[in-house]
Amino acid sequence: MSTDHTADVPVLEVEGLTVEYVGAHRSVVAVKDVSFRIGAGEVFGLAGESGCGKSTVANALMRLLRDPAVITAGTIRYRGRDVLAMRPEELRAFRWKEVAMVFQSAMSSLNPVMTVGDQMADIFTTHEGLRRGEARRRAAELLELVKIDPSRLRAYPHQLSGGMRQRVVIAMAVALRPGLLIMDEPTTALDVVVQQEIMAQIGELQRELGFSILFITHDMSLMIEISHRMAVMYGGRLVETAPSRELFAHPEHPYTHALINAFPPLTGPRRELTALAEELRLGPIPDLEDRGSGHWVAPTVLATTPGGGA
Amino acid sequence: MTTETVPSPVARAQASPVISLRGLTKDFPLGGLFARRSVRALDGVALDVRRGEIMALVGESGSGKSTIVRCLARLEKPTAGSMVVDGEDVLKTQPRHATRAYRGTVQMVFQDPFGSLNPVHPVSHFLERALRLHGVTRGQEETRAALDELMTTVGLSPELLSSYPHELSGGQRQRVAIARALAVEPKVVLADEPTSMLDVSVRVGILNLMRRLRDQRGLTILFITHDLASARYVADRTTVMFAGELVESGESLDLMARPSHPYTRLLLSAVPEPNRSTGYDPVERARLRSAVLESSTCPFDGDPDSPCSETEPVRHVVDAVTDHWVRCHRYRPSLEVARRALATDIARGTDAPDQDRGSR
Repeated sequence: MSTDHTADVPVLEVEGLTVEYVGAHRSVVAVKDVSFRIGAGEVFGLAGESGCGKSTVANALMRLLRDPAVITAGTIRYRGRDVLAMRPEELRAFRWKEVAMVFQSAMSSLNPVMTVGDQMADIFTTHEGLRRGEARRRAAELLELVKIDPSRLRAYPHQLSGGMRQRVVIAMAVALRPGLLIMDEPTTALDVVVQQEIMAQIGELQRELGFSILFITHDMSLMIEISHRMAVMYGGRLVETAPSRELFAHPEHPYTHALINAFPPLTGPRRELTALAEELRLGPIPDLEDRGSGHWVAPTVLATTPGGGA
Repeated sequence: MTTETVPSPVARAQASPVISLRGLTKDFPLGGLFARRSVRALDGVALDVRRGEIMALVGESGSGKSTIVRCLARLEKPTAGSMVVDGEDVLKTQPRHATRAYRGTVQMVFQDPFGSLNPVHPVSHFLERALRLHGVTRGQEETRAALDELMTTVGLSPELLSSYPHELSGGQRQRVAIARALAVEPKVVLADEPTSMLDVSVRVGILNLMRRLRDQRGLTILFITHDLASARYVADRTTVMFAGELVESGESLDLMARPSHPYTRLLLSAVPEPNRSTGYDPVERARLRSAVLESSTCPFDGDPDSPCSETEPVRHVVDAVTDHWVRCHRYRPSLEVARRALATDIARGTDAPDQDRGSR
């Protein structure tokens, strides 16, 4: 697996992705003209508030969208392969083996009436045709990978702590050595101490296995700490993309600025912050503008309308 | 609406406590009806909240912070201890459940603004009902004026009075819940994670509202949160809880700039903070964890006022000016509970939260 970090050999290329929720009388554009690429071994962040379309993007990448959501424009390429053109059997092989996903709630990702070991072994019997005994051995290795004692294979999900459950889910996601891991708010439900330890563990796994990560969260502080590059999404559109540290230090778009400002800092003097969204509305975005060094910003006018609320 | 004078910060610091907890203990039974096992959620909590201050209670899930609020709201009956609220020893003088008079003094704002407002009623219903039941206003005209004022106080347009909860955003709903709590002109508002279910962008708006209510109306707020940055932003003082006990407390900025207890430091080091240069250090983390559970040293060794103790939760004064104290580092918390609280991710999975193993 390549660990080349340049964007020249992207693992994922998304161009002009547009997703609409089609209704009988009108359709709503949930994602509009979204483009980004993720390099090998790169952690790319997608930040934004609820309803901005970030989870819709994630589901579109896995072709998990269901009616009435339809991809109406754009291309998605994974290592050069056209994801949108894949036939059902290709898709089955593509999901999990090439691109795997970790959701927010580990409890609802795991089957409550099966032991952890049986669920993990299932991956290997289904996808790699291994026999039961061999699959159990691989499952044990997988648990060790996320530093959980293999004796826990016999445990049911409810017998594990929230942090352990999420680590089991992560171990399962990387079981088939995917090239890209999509993580949709993987630590939102966890305490900060556990969150930090899990993020550190994901970093370790990534160094070991070399996959890329698409990380989705509304937590700007967390995102800036863990991602190499990030994009800020608002109203279904990307408004700014830049290396994360640069974006934090010099946010160019007023919305990015406002989003960073919505988090009280842990250091420095106590100063009054302003809440953003209930008054801010975004004007039309004609084109994306390049500010050099991979930092681009949507040139847009923020229209303020009083008392709005989506 | 109120004529209460707004105390200056200095006056606030000297003010008498409006909430005073001593030895507050709560055991929850575990297992079946006849099982004798129980888990201690609160162990001898002593806490004072002064009139007109925002006191943040921070800690991880399971630390017991919500149990304190539920005891204060009279939703749970403490196993032992005393609660003095606004000069009254509640457990002695009040009946088992909260009376209307008590509800007029202490109000709650819950975490989930989607669950705390009945969907079949318009906003005006919730506020009117509170005003009427508590006899705050008389007559239609006075009530109407009070409704408008309540809405304005929490930053909502009075036009929204006829809206139903589903027509409002999460932030607007939480503002309605706050308006409802304010309607009876309480002395204390217990806010249990009021921002954790809200979108990031509207959280700051609710925090600013809490600050404004304290500054303009002298409201006392006990603010439960797991987000230390929010506590630092809005609370005068912050108290840190771990495994059912208080471990450190002080003026919020001072507490977070100079955390003393290993658990406070553990919590603070885990908060994502792009401004901080130091990252995650597993060695330091392991050191802090073991220091929380069994520290053999304490920076206050030889403290003449309160000698160190492994068995008593002695409080050392870190800074008298900022009212900053820390529980003796040597104190050994009741190990079973503490380990479970800390355990979640101590490597090698010895951390089973199998609470009900063998309880039947």
